[in-house]
Amino acid sequence: MPTLSSLLQYFLSGLTNGAIYALIALGFGIIFNATAIINFAQGEMVMLGALCAISLYHLIPSLPLAFLGGVFLVSLVGLVFERLALRPVRDPAPITLIIITVGAAVFLKGLAMLLWGKEAYSLPSFSGNAPLYLGAATIMPQNLWVLGLTAFLVLVLEAFFRLTLVGKAMRATAYNLRAARLVGIAVGRMVQLSFGLAAALGAGAGILIAPLTLGVYDMGTMLGLKGFSAAIIGGLGSLSGGVLGGLLLGLAESFTSGLISSSYRDAVAFLLLLLVLFLRPQGLMGGRR
Amino acid sequence: MKKIGLVLALTLLALSAAANAADLKEPYIIGGIFSITGPASYLGEPERNCLEMVVEEINAAGGLNGHPLQPVIYDDEGDVTKARLHAEKLLQKDKALAIVGPSLTHTSMTVLEITQKAKLPLISCAAGAAITSPAKDRFWVFKTAQTDQMAVSRIYAYCKKHNLTKVAILTVSTGFGMAGKDQLLGQAPQYGVEVVAQEVFGEKDTDMTPQLTKIRGSAAQAVICWGTGPAPALVAKNLKQLGLTIPLIQSHGVASKKFIELAGDAAEGIILPAGKLVVYKQLPDTDPQKAVCQEYAEKYQAKFKAPESSFGGYAYDAQRLLNAALTKAGSDPAKIRDALEGTRNFVGVSGIFNMSPEDHNGLNPEAFVMVKIHNGDFALID
Repeated sequence: MPTLSSLLQYFLSGLTNGAIYALIALGFGIIFNATAIINFAQGEMVMLGALCAISLYHLIPSLPLAFLGGVFLVSLVGLVFERLALRPVRDPAPITLIIITVGAAVFLKGLAMLLWGKEAYSLPSFSGNAPLYLGAATIMPQNLWVLGLTAFLVLVLEAFFRLTLVGKAMRATAYNLRAARLVGIAVGRMVQLSFGLAAALGAGAGILIAPLTLGVYDMGTMLGLKGFSAAIIGGLGSLSGGVLGGLLLGLAESFTSGLISSSYRDAVAFLLLLLVLFLRPQGLMGGRR
Repeated sequence: MKKIGLVLALTLLALSAAANAADLKEPYIIGGIFSITGPASYLGEPERNCLEMVVEEINAAGGLNGHPLQPVIYDDEGDVTKARLHAEKLLQKDKALAIVGPSLTHTSMTVLEITQKAKLPLISCAAGAAITSPAKDRFWVFKTAQTDQMAVSRIYAYCKKHNLTKVAILTVSTGFGMAGKDQLLGQAPQYGVEVVAQEVFGEKDTDMTPQLTKIRGSAAQAVICWGTGPAPALVAKNLKQLGLTIPLIQSHGVASKKFIELAGDAAEGIILPAGKLVVYKQLPDTDPQKAVCQEYAEKYQAKFKAPESSFGGYAYDAQRLLNAALTKAGSDPAKIRDALEGTRNFVGVSGIFNMSPEDHNGLNPEAFVMVKIHNGDFALID
């Protein structure tokens, strides 16, 4: 019979993983809103963020610099990716673009393998390794960073979309591309910006999780797929849905691992995905389309 | 003009004859199958490096009885099908006299089927006990890596000595982990150890807190983690994270500096069995393995500018065993096999080999020493 403290432990680790999935899901949501496609290279942005930050940290041992540098570099990758791989496509049917993103994911993973090899690399925790106790359950300072920074980024994102002109322009583009173009919004640039933003969020997630899970060239695949599942579970296109889906997925994984068996951990994401697609395809918060 | 042409042709002919005269003796073709890329590249790459290093040294000294060594090395990428294909190629196309490798237990099990049928000696660098046992079905198969069975018996002897009678085991779901789990469960009764919790984790898993939380709730006095790659380092970190203060014992799969680097502070105090290579500097000078380990370490570092690898040591020992057999027996695979089986008191990096018809590994638990990680390095204990 699991004790209260072990349940609390599962809850806390589930929340942390959930926050990471939430950030990745947000990336999917932003791009989907702007372009109606799924960017399957999103997971690789997470991986690139982690590895770039680790390399930067080895050059200059400053965590804030590594974090900002990593996010900046990967945002550039996102912007360049859209400009070079997606915009020139002559017949931009969604399926074509989606397959291009899959190809980009494979390319980026291969590039990472060449640049960083196959070994794992560590990043120091942002504020040390002394666990904090909540009763008999423990939480690491890094987990608090993940939760705190995720919440902060979600709020900043909400403010961006609601209050700034650029944010509103992006929302307009997502709502109705033709009308947005008619009122003079540079639609192409908004699309490119959404890729950059999604890449930045992915990179942030990767750098936050790297002290806990290490950075490896192939970490992006599973994370991307789980983030995608989280986005669908919460409702593709809804930002709060992305966050909810992510947290739910993280908790489901953690409790399944703890209470049933840890071998089923990875299966949970896909089981939940199937469940949502069967019962409520528009996701928990209902998509906008 | 014609005369110059004739002189030129004759000169070239003479030169090539002189060149050929130096290569009078046929080369010994040595096959190598390693997991140079793929998830086990930390095994296969050093192993390939060592094979090449030993061969280069022998050839520079004039070969074995004048015969140069010609290595033909393939990368199985940790994949069973590829390993099989490469073995067939080495047999039929390259006509190898013997094969060193593969790096992993499951690829070794596949390749040995082929080499047994073809009556060709195989010296595997993998740890699984099933590679050389049952002896009657492994006439042509040898291995240089210490067996997991010995690692487990050293660990349990340590547990018994320190009164750790209730343990939790946390094993990886790969072949290495499952073989280790079998040994851990099977040998526990004879050391008076009770396994109070058994958990499994995946090779690529990044969060073992659920398994460790369950272990935290059990009566375990120690945790034995059996895995390779980055995951055991995360187990060490998760253990600290959950505030577990019971000792963590790892397998010999993490006997490398990379593990200490990945685990960081969490590596402090971890106990594991390791080959003598990781602590050779702390060995007494009377230990015959000290000199061999030192020579290997210095040569490896000088040539590859990287820290010496215990895993590379398996291939280093394998090739040197093969060299001794080739020197004695020439190019007849059956005689090479007999010579390998007759190896006695061969001092290697992985241990002192004493082969016999019943034991084609030739090592005993003394090939391992118990070490503790302290201040970022391995320290010999007890």
